[in-house]
This record gives sequence, structure tokens and C-alpha cells, in this order.
Amino acid sequence: MKSLWQKGFILLILCLIFLTGCSEKYPVLHPVGPVGEKERNLIILSAVLMAIVIIPVIALLAFIVYRYRDKPNNRAPYKPNWDDSKILEFVWWGIPIIIIAVLSIYTVRDTFALTKPPANTGEPISIQVTSLDWKWVFFYPDEGVATVNYIDIPAGRPVQFELTSDAPMNSFWIPALGGQEYTMPGMAMRLWLQANKVGTYTGKGANFTGKEFSKMSFAVHVKKETDFDQWVKALKNQSPQLTEAGYKQLKKPGVVGKKSFSSYPKDIFHDTVMKNGGKYMNNDWMMKDHSQEMKGK
Amino acid sequence: MFEHIRSFASHFFVTGEPMIYASDVAIVLFLVGIIFTLTYLKKWKWLWREWITTVDHKKIGIMYLISALLMMFRGGVDALLMRTQLALPNQTFLDAEHYNQIFTTHGTIMILFMAMPFLFALFNIAVPLQLGARDVAFPFLNSVSFWLFFFGALLFNLSFVIGGSPDAGWTSYPPLTELGFDKGPGENFYLLGIQISGIGSMATGINFLVTILKMRAPGMTLMRLPLFCWSVVASCIIIIFAFPALTVALALLLIDRVADAHFFTMLHGGNPMMFINLFWIWGHPEVYIVVLPAYGIYSEVVSTFSGKKIFGYKTMVISLMIISVVSYFVWAHHYFTMGASAGVNSFFAVASMLIGIPTGVKVFNWLFTMFRGRIQLKLPMLWTLAFIPCFAMGGATGIMLAVAPADYQYHNSYFLIAHFHQTLIGGVAFGLLAGMYYWWPKMFGFSLNERLGRWAFWFFNIGFYVCFMPQYFLGFMGMTRRVYTYSGDTGWTSFNFISSIGAYLMGIGFLFIVVQVLYSIKYGERDLTGDPWNGRTLEWAIASPAPHYNFAHIPEVTERDAWWDMKARGESLIKVNQRMAFKPIHMPKNSGLPFIMAVFFFISGFGFVFNWYWMAALGLLGVGICMIVRSNNRDSEYYIPAEDVEKTEAALGRV
Ligand code: HEM
Ligand SMILES: [Cu+2]
Repeated sequence: MKSLWQKGFILLILCLIFLTGCSEKYPVLHPVGPVGEKERNLIILSAVLMAIVIIPVIALLAFIVYRYRDKPNNRAPYKPNWDDSKILEFVWWGIPIIIIAVLSIYTVRDTFALTKPPANTGEPISIQVTSLDWKWVFFYPDEGVATVNYIDIPAGRPVQFELTSDAPMNSFWIPALGGQEYTMPGMAMRLWLQANKVGTYTGKGANFTGKEFSKMSFAVHVKKETDFDQWVKALKNQSPQLTEAGYKQLKKPGVVGKKSFSSYPKDIFHDTVMKNGGKYMNNDWMMKDHSQEMKGK
Repeated sequence: MFEHIRSFASHFFVTGEPMIYASDVAIVLFLVGIIFTLTYLKKWKWLWREWITTVDHKKIGIMYLISALLMMFRGGVDALLMRTQLALPNQTFLDAEHYNQIFTTHGTIMILFMAMPFLFALFNIAVPLQLGARDVAFPFLNSVSFWLFFFGALLFNLSFVIGGSPDAGWTSYPPLTELGFDKGPGENFYLLGIQISGIGSMATGINFLVTILKMRAPGMTLMRLPLFCWSVVASCIIIIFAFPALTVALALLLIDRVADAHFFTMLHGGNPMMFINLFWIWGHPEVYIVVLPAYGIYSEVVSTFSGKKIFGYKTMVISLMIISVVSYFVWAHHYFTMGASAGVNSFFAVASMLIGIPTGVKVFNWLFTMFRGRIQLKLPMLWTLAFIPCFAMGGATGIMLAVAPADYQYHNSYFLIAHFHQTLIGGVAFGLLAGMYYWWPKMFGFSLNERLGRWAFWFFNIGFYVCFMPQYFLGFMGMTRRVYTYSGDTGWTSFNFISSIGAYLMGIGFLFIVVQVLYSIKYGERDLTGDPWNGRTLEWAIASPAPHYNFAHIPEVTERDAWWDMKARGESLIKVNQRMAFKPIHMPKNSGLPFIMAVFFFISGFGFVFNWYWMAALGLLGVGICMIVRSNNRDSEYYIPAEDVEKTEAALGRV
């Protein structure tokens, strides 16, 4: 039974590394917003429920293999024809059923909850996201500015990301804020996130899109409301405009650094969705201005 | 003219990489070596008569096994290259293009050209023997299946030196794989290699389902079927229902690529989501196609090496069947984050978790099969014992992934990578190895060396945990899958480094298996009894290796563990031989057609890869002709005379 001890030992060490690791290293486990927190809670809940089964199974395995090993002087009972026990089988159908039932309830509850903006928080802001080969472009419809490979957002306000792709589909993921959602050509999908803690976090393209996919991370600067306004103002005053031609240039496959723009062609996000196949979809609901609807609630 | 040829060749062959040139040289030398040896030893005829044209399930099984081990080697080298690249940040050992090709070929090969043929090897070797049958239901088709797999795999692997490897992942999602983003022939190799071998897999599914339903020895009711055979039933049912989805997905994508159609483009009314749906409608059941037979192997091994009946046989059967049905209703858990509504996600989340229930029950039944038994730690049992904790964890992380909102955070991360390696290695690969060790004496008539096998076991197992446990944490750190490099400030370095060490340990484990096989060929202990493990099922009632016709007399079955029961009654097939007169045995004739037909498939596939339609058409024409020839062949069976049977049995000391 050396095998189990060794495995257990490795696991133990890993757990130690894991527990003592600093929080920024594990953004998924130490999220800074309500969406990520909900998800983290489910992660912990499911891990604990699973441990309730796994640990006894491993312990039982170790015990059984030790006790019933084939040694000449082993006096443990040997019953080669014992193959049935309704009570035992009842128990181990029952345990997983209960555990799965509990987990299912929480899963369904949070699956529905996460389609809505985080409750009891500030006024939502909206950001339109386009994944390109191999960079991210962000449009701020309310502020009128645009950025490449980084975003600034105000702390404490829910952000509605609208996602599309003008390249193969990617997936938009900021682990410290919460889970991902795909960016797909011809569609505009929505994702709610929120950050409550000022700081800089990393976002990523999570779905493979070819050659330089590995270079598709972006920075997320979470700022105080006033700093955010400051930043918008600065962009408006100092940055160049993003023109149609400029966007075409950006669209060419390649890697670029961070960029800022004071303005962009107004309907560019909508046009991108439409030209990539959005016109074939029943897209009305997607393309509606949701910020109005949200402000009403 | 010369210029013309040169420019063609530089596109046709993969060029510009010392590593590729080195492999070119190695491949050519290897081929020359084989050709030379065969010619020198005058073995060509033997190869054709005994192997290429064989319809004997045992030989086909051995050919599957050899191919699968070779593919395991190739896939393993791919893995080590990737882990070398990722061991430290900002490495330039591989560039993006190569890394992308390698992770694609690794995944595709390991699932379709390693796990599948390895399983089919064990289906072939064990199922007819466990049933008390003389061959499978359709021996000719069985040979067709093998050669389609073989040439499909060959076509896929050819992309390494000709045309360039596919590089869009084993999942091959459009629009990345559409012409607009991926011109090269690599993706075509993927589509055609899998398509051709997929036809073979479908045929295997049908073949073994019919074999088990129709060819059981008298008295072997379904409730007396060995559990391995039950798991094959479950797996074959899934194959039959799942593979058509893959066939359609690949065919439509191929049409998109060669004929510029728009099934999966966003424009002109196509929709990539349709590919993703079809792919996972096959893809999720596929993971159960490969893991259920492994469950069957564990069931046989646990019972044999505990000297005890399997606990809760009926429950085992019921849970297999539940899994094979429910595994059909969970596919969308592979894309919780592609914009499905909360209702859809909830349905697929709960359905996925439900699979954990019958799986958990099976684990408890295995445990209680050992309880009050006598556990012998032989190699097959060691791998089975290692499977239980490993797979329990893999299943648990599977359930964690099935929690849809949590999956928004795991999806596409290394957490996912760790999950499926834990299930595929800890569940499937361990089972394949357990099965290989278990049935090896039956295949070849000698056992594999225990001591070398233990070295392999420990290197591989420790290596596994060192390699994959850190990847769960990398997932929590936000490391995404399929990245070819990362920067040092991500904080991912130490876990990646540890993980790479683990990969190398597993590589050493594999080498030990190679050494073990070579050593045992020369020094391995011969199995003269035919029953080296004190087995329970019918394959152990006959000589090792089994004679061509398997059973001189088809045994009568009166109990579940048929051979165990015979032994308990003091009965044996030798006694049957002594009591009853030998009769002529009806057997299928060898045929070269399956091989020739698969060659035509290969030619056709190659034509499609390069859009050379004349060649594609020629190949298909050849396939058609082969089918017509076969349909008109009335001379495909023969009788082994009773005297020959008697002589063979006498030579085996069994009269
Ligand atoms: C209790 C049983 C299981 C559950 C609930 C489960 C659940 C899942 C889920 C939800 C995913 C998708 C995660 C994502 O993409 O974000 C997944 C991926 C995967 N699972 Fe499992 N799983 C289970 C068992 C298995 C088994 C037995 C195997 C193989 C033998 C397996 C192989 C895979 C593979 C290969 C993938 C990833 C495919 C890819 O994206 O490349 N799983 N599993
Ligand atoms: Cu799945």
C-alpha cells in the first residue's frame, strides 16, 4: 500500500503550496467581484461535497487492500461467493444521489442568477468587446472612447460586456472578476461582471484562435469612479481617433501593444456583427440597447 | 521544368526544420530496415498469408495492439515536446506553429489512434474467447475495420512529412478550420484520416454487438455474460449511435473546405455552432466509448485477483446501461459558455452530474469485490488499484466541471486539462494496460516480467500525479489551455516545471514497458496451462495462445463465471475432448480484399487532401470494385477436417 501513501503525500504537499500561496496567484479562488465570488462559492461547495465521497473511498481502498491481501497467515475472512447485499447497495446508490441532488439545486439556482446583473450595486456601464487575430478591441458606447488590449472600469459598478468576434471565435475571460463567455462572429453575447477592488488584473483569450493565440492577454484596470472619469477625459483629449481605415489595419492578423482612441465610428460594433453573419440571425434582442432597459430596473 | 518540380516539392514536403529532416531520415531508415529484413528472411509471403489477409480475430487483435503501442509512442513524444516547451517561461524550443501542430496531433492520436485501437485490440482478443465463440460475427468486416483504421492513421501521420500537420486542435472548431483562416492541407489530413478510420470503428461497433448477441456458447444467457462483454455491449451501442454524428460533422466540414460550401461559416447562412454541436454529440459519448470497456476490464481483473465473484453483478450491468444512455444527454457541457440560456445550461449540468451516480456505485462494487477476498498484487491488479483513487478524483473534478457557473471559470483552463487527463489516463490508459497485462499470456503464450512491470508502474503512477496535480492549480491561476508560451510574471513557472518533470517520469515508465516486452519475449515465463491467473471466464479454459479455431468443442455454460464453475465441478475442456469425438470446424477464409480496399480508401483520401479529384475518384472507384468483387464471392468459408483439429489438440497436450 505504499502507492497510496506516496500519492497522499504528494497531494498533501500540493495542498500546502496551495494554501500558503498568495491570493493574487489564484484569481479564480480569490475573486474581486460578486460574480466571481458566486462562482468561487460553488467551486468550494462542490469540492467539499466531492471530498465527502472521495476521501472515504480512498481510505476504504487502503483498508481493504491491506486487510485482504493474499498472505499465507492472513486470518481475515475469505468468502469467495459473497456477492450481494441489498443494504450495502442501497447505501451507495443513496449517498451519491443525495450529494448530486444538493449540488444540482445550487447549480441551477446560480446558473439562473448569473444571467442577471449583480444586485444592489451601482449603475451599470457597458463595454463592447471584439476579438481580432490576435488582439482585443474595446468600445465604450456611453463614453465614446475605444481601447486595444486593455480596459479601465470603475470599481463597484456592474459591467455589461457585449461580445463578438471579427476573427475565429475566442473566449473572453477575466478570472479575477468571474467566468468567461465566447466571442463569436455574427453574434453579440452578453456577460455581466463587476470588480469591487481597485487594482490591475489580467484578462485572456481562452479559446484557441491560431498562431499567436498565446499572446492574447489584456489588462484590466479597476479604478475609483473619479479616476475612471479622469481617464476617459484624458483619452478624449489626448488620443487619436479610430477610423474605419484604422480598424481595418487593426484587423490584420498580428500582435500589437496597448492602444487608446478618443473616438470610433459610431456603429462599428453593430456593423461588425451584421457583416459577419448577424444579418442571418434573429438578432433583434441581441442588438437592442440594453443599457436603457437596465437603467429602468 | 526542374524549377517547377522543386517548387512543388517544397510545398508538398514539409521542409525547413532540422527536427523534421531528422525524422524523415529516421522514417526512411526504418522502412528500409523493415523491407530489408523481410526480404532477407524471405518473410513477405508469410506476412501476406498470416497477417495481412487474416480474418482471425486473435491476429487482428495483435495487429491493433502493435499499432496502438506505436501510436502511444508518437503521441507520447508529442506530449514530451509540449511539456519541454512549457517547462519554463518564454522558451523558443518550439515556435507557435509547431506547438499548435503538436497539441493537435497529440490529442487526435491519443484518442482516435491510440485509445480506440487499443480497446479494439482487447475486444478482438477477449470477446470471442469469453463467449466461447470461434470468431466474431463478421470476420471479413473485422479485417476491413482494422485496415481502415490502419490506413486512416497512416494518412493522418503522413501529414508530418507531407503537406504539414493539422493545427486547430483535436476539436477542430470552425470558423478557425474554414478556408478563410486555414488554407493548408493539414486540416484535410485530420478530416480524412479520422473519417476513414471512423468507418472502421462504426463497423467494429456493429460487429461486436452482433457477436455478443448472437454468438454466445449454449447456456450463456445475457445474465451470465462476463462483465467485460457487457461493457463492450454498452460501448458498441454508443459507437453505433454516436459515430454517425462525427461522420456528418467531418463530411460537411470537408465539403466546406474542398467545395467552398458554407455549412459552418457564419456567412451565407452557415453556422459554426452546428459543427460544435455535432462534434460533441459524438465527442462526449466517445469518452464513454473508451472508458466503459476499461470498466469491464477492471471488473474482470478485480474479481480474478481477489479470487471472488464480482460484487453486485446486476448493478454493474444496470449502471453500464444507464451510463450508455445518459452519456447521450450531456454533450452541451462542453460549451456552457457559448451563450446557451440558463435553462439549457441547467439541464445539461444536472444530466452530467447524474452520470456520477452510476459511476460512483461501480466504484463501491469494485471495492466490495475485494472485501473478503484474497488480493494478489499482480500487474493487472496493480493498475486496477491505481485506477480507483485516480479515477475517483477525475470523476469528482468532472462533477465540479459540470456545475455550470463554476465551469465558466474552469473552461479552457488547465483545470479542464487535468480533469480529462485524469479520467483518460487514470481511467482508460490504466485499464488498457491492465487488460494488456491480463490477456498478454493468452495472446502470446508467455507472461510479461513482473519486476520490470513494477518499475514501469511506479514511474508512470508517480509521474502521473506529479504531472497533472499541479495543472489543477494552474487552472485556478488562470492558465489557459493551448498556449505555446507564457511570461514569467504570470507566476505559472514552478507548477509548469513540476508538471514537466512528471511528464518525463511517465516517459520513463513507458520505456520500462518497452524494455519489459522485449525482455519477456526472450525470457518471459511460458504459459503451459492456458490459465496463468486462475481465471474465471472461458478464455482461460483453452490453451495459450488459443488455437486457430479457439474451441475444439464449444463449451456448455451453466453458471456466470463459466470456467470457474467448471473447475469447481472438476470439469475441463480437456475432459470434453476426451469424451467427445472431434468434428470438422467451419471457418472463414482469409482474404486480401480488406487490405486492398483500405489502400483504395487511402488513395482517395490522399486525393481529397490535395484536392486532386482524379485521384480521389480513382480511389473511390477502387473501393466500389472491391465491394462488388466481395459481393460476388461465394467461396469465403472452409472446413478444418476433424483429424486436423485432433492433431492440433494433441500437440497442445489437450486430448
Ligand atoms: C462523472 C463523470 C464526468 C463528468 C461529470 C464530466 C464532466 C465534464 C465536463 C463538464 C467537461 C467540459 C468542461 C469544459 O470544457 O469546460 C468535461 C471535459 C472532458 N471530459 Fe469529462 N466528465 C466526466 C467523466 C469523464 C470521463 C470518464 C472521461 C474520459 C474517459 C472524460 C473526458 C473528458 C474530456 C476528454 C474532456 C475535454 C474535451 C476537450 O475539451 O478537449 N470525462 N468533462
Ligand atoms: Cu463530456
